[in-house]
Amino acid sequence: MENVGVCDEFVNLKATELRLGLPGTEDGGEEERQKVSCCKSNKRAFPETEKDIESTGKTETASPPKAQIVGWPPVRSYRKNNIQTKKNESEGQGMYVKVSMDGAPYLRKIDLTVYKQYPELMKLLENMFKFSVGKYCEREGYKDSEFVPTYEDKDGDWMLVGDVPWEMFVSSCKRLRIMKGSEAKGLGCGV
Amino acid sequence: MDLRLPSKVLEHILSFVDSNEDRNSVSLVCKSWFETERRTRKRVIVRNCYAVTPAAVARRFPEMKSLTLKGKPHFADYNLVPDGWGGYVWPWIEAMAAKCPSLEELRLKRMVVTDECLEKIAASFKDFKVLVLTSCEGFSTDGLAAIAVACRNLRELELRECIVEDIGGDWLSYFPETLTSLVSLDFSCLDSEVKLSDLERLLSRSPNLKSLKLNRAVSLDALGSLLRLAPQLVELGTGSFSDKLDQEAVAKLSQAFSELKELKSLSGLWDVLPEYIPLLYSVCPGLTSLNLSYATVQMSDLVELITRCSNLQKLWVMDLIEDKGLEVVASSCKELRELRVFPSGAGLDETNVAMTEQGLVYVSEACPNLESVLYFCVQFTNTAMVTIARNRPNLKCFRLCVMEPFAPDHKTQKPLDEGFKAIVERCKDLQRLSVSGLLTDKAFEYIGTHGKKLRMLSIAFAGDSDLMLHHLLSGCESLNKLEIRDCPFGDTALLENAAKLKTMRSLWMSSCCVSFGACKLLSQKMPKLNVEVIDEHPLETRPDSSPVERIYIYRTLAGPRLDMPEFVWTIHKNPEIGVSHLAIK
Repeated sequence: MENVGVCDEFVNLKATELRLGLPGTEDGGEEERQKVSCCKSNKRAFPETEKDIESTGKTETASPPKAQIVGWPPVRSYRKNNIQTKKNESEGQGMYVKVSMDGAPYLRKIDLTVYKQYPELMKLLENMFKFSVGKYCEREGYKDSEFVPTYEDKDGDWMLVGDVPWEMFVSSCKRLRIMKGSEAKGLGCGV
Repeated sequence: MDLRLPSKVLEHILSFVDSNEDRNSVSLVCKSWFETERRTRKRVIVRNCYAVTPAAVARRFPEMKSLTLKGKPHFADYNLVPDGWGGYVWPWIEAMAAKCPSLEELRLKRMVVTDECLEKIAASFKDFKVLVLTSCEGFSTDGLAAIAVACRNLRELELRECIVEDIGGDWLSYFPETLTSLVSLDFSCLDSEVKLSDLERLLSRSPNLKSLKLNRAVSLDALGSLLRLAPQLVELGTGSFSDKLDQEAVAKLSQAFSELKELKSLSGLWDVLPEYIPLLYSVCPGLTSLNLSYATVQMSDLVELITRCSNLQKLWVMDLIEDKGLEVVASSCKELRELRVFPSGAGLDETNVAMTEQGLVYVSEACPNLESVLYFCVQFTNTAMVTIARNRPNLKCFRLCVMEPFAPDHKTQKPLDEGFKAIVERCKDLQRLSVSGLLTDKAFEYIGTHGKKLRMLSIAFAGDSDLMLHHLLSGCESLNKLEIRDCPFGDTALLENAAKLKTMRSLWMSSCCVSFGACKLLSQKMPKLNVEVIDEHPLETRPDSSPVERIYIYRTLAGPRLDMPEFVWTIHKNPEIGVSHLAIK
């Protein structure tokens, strides 16, 4: 049979090898993704996504792909356009930010303008994600808490929630992340 | 002795045979049965408009009254088919106008329909009654006006999720005063406002109107007067549900709703405000179909409606319903047959609600008649799928869209192979399946082994190798439509299973690793197929080893199509390659 080659970008030809035995997944999940992204290196968003995972230190369950993939998720344009319009209308007022929590499989979104001060916000987050955060103190942040609320500000830095005055927080907060206490050691102390 | 059934007798018998599948069998018996059948078939369905020529269809079925056509491949819905690919209905209308002028009904899906087409329909078919366009594009509201003004006996005009050039709402005023036959009107996908008085007058003279689906521009205020003019409605699609009404208006609207004694289906409800949900309570017990997929209300409000809908068979909703809301569906809607949960997330690339696999598990446990599922969810688990399969072996359609590509079971981090295995193993009558999430070739081995009744399969971002395709093409006996995107298989499985493609309606593959050389080989091997290579950015020269962007393969009696744009290649564009020249295995 004429030797019809497959795409040259394939680093690992094993992926297309036809074998008699059961196809093994001995390489595990990570390599699967790499194999596929090799195949479509100039089109896929995923190489960026994996970089993203590494740099922010998020768990894989909490970070969705950032770049838009054509036709994904598979929803008709008509429907996409209609939901989008609705979203734009409702965001005219309010300041919505995403909230993620380490270990939770989904994100939430909240409107920061609804709250007047930190305690209200904390109460909401505690209810939403079913955790409790200890008392905040300027010196040591949320000492001994299992979970610590943090946020990403306009400059891309991760800060401890409560460090700056409320108004400044609302205007500079891009998104919230409820981090595991053990990971938050670097934030909020010795400032 | 002539043992043949007299054709008049056969004709009479055939008048009771409605199903086209049965009629197709009848036409295979012998020549005289073929002749009698074709002369008496009224309803013709062509599921791929390029599988056969319009002239051949018109010639074969001269008494055709109703024609259904489908054009673009399914993935066109998700923008994977470039504009200008094809699916033009014009040649069909031309042929029917010439050969079957008594055509009364036209139903089109995913086709390009121009204003000229609509004008030609209006001019050519004197007794035209039904026009249903689903996911179509290419026309403007001027074309609608042409239909409205000329079709004196129009019964149904339905535009379902079409992309229409909306020049204005005048088209509605073109329905003549003499038109009293309207049974169904759906203009929900149009943007501009129609004149309320025109609509009211139309309703007043349409005593047979059973289905009315308004567009978003029709206000809540207007809805009241419309409902009072059509209390006999069986299907209602409201307009926008969000104006601020005063007490009196609310009371009147509530009264109007309670007069809708025949209402079985409710949709629309765009922008519905929570305080107006109680307006709908009176119709809930009678509803068998509820489409809340454009209603951006929170779970607690959705639940208020759903608890009252004990006869619901079909529910479309957004993931705002959350697991808790689906638990309510499970306990309230015991007659449920079809559930679709759409993503609400901004930009549709993440969700912001608490809906997980558990919601679907609840419904599968408690709704014995559930047979069709479309579920968008961020992540899933194998255990959930196993439970769902165990609960609902009667599933016929299972479309799971795990929105994060390559997402594994979020509890065990394993691929979702075992979950889908349970689905295909237990649901023996499964006809349609969409898979997603992290899947290895093993998943497709299971599908090939167990999915014997599977007719349509959709795959994205899955598998490891050629084995994936090989399992499917060699295992799924009933496979009719296969669509694949972004999967890492190459040429071998495709070429080895080429014969299978003759038994299928179509195969779509995009962003996979199929080479141009394989496409050429396949084309030569299988002359009864159209093998279309769709490449918007082809290389200057196309070496055999270069991967193609998309390939669409379908069986056809019509040969190469005459309306291929530049970016679609078939072997017929390179006649020098020929059929006998290259070495064929």
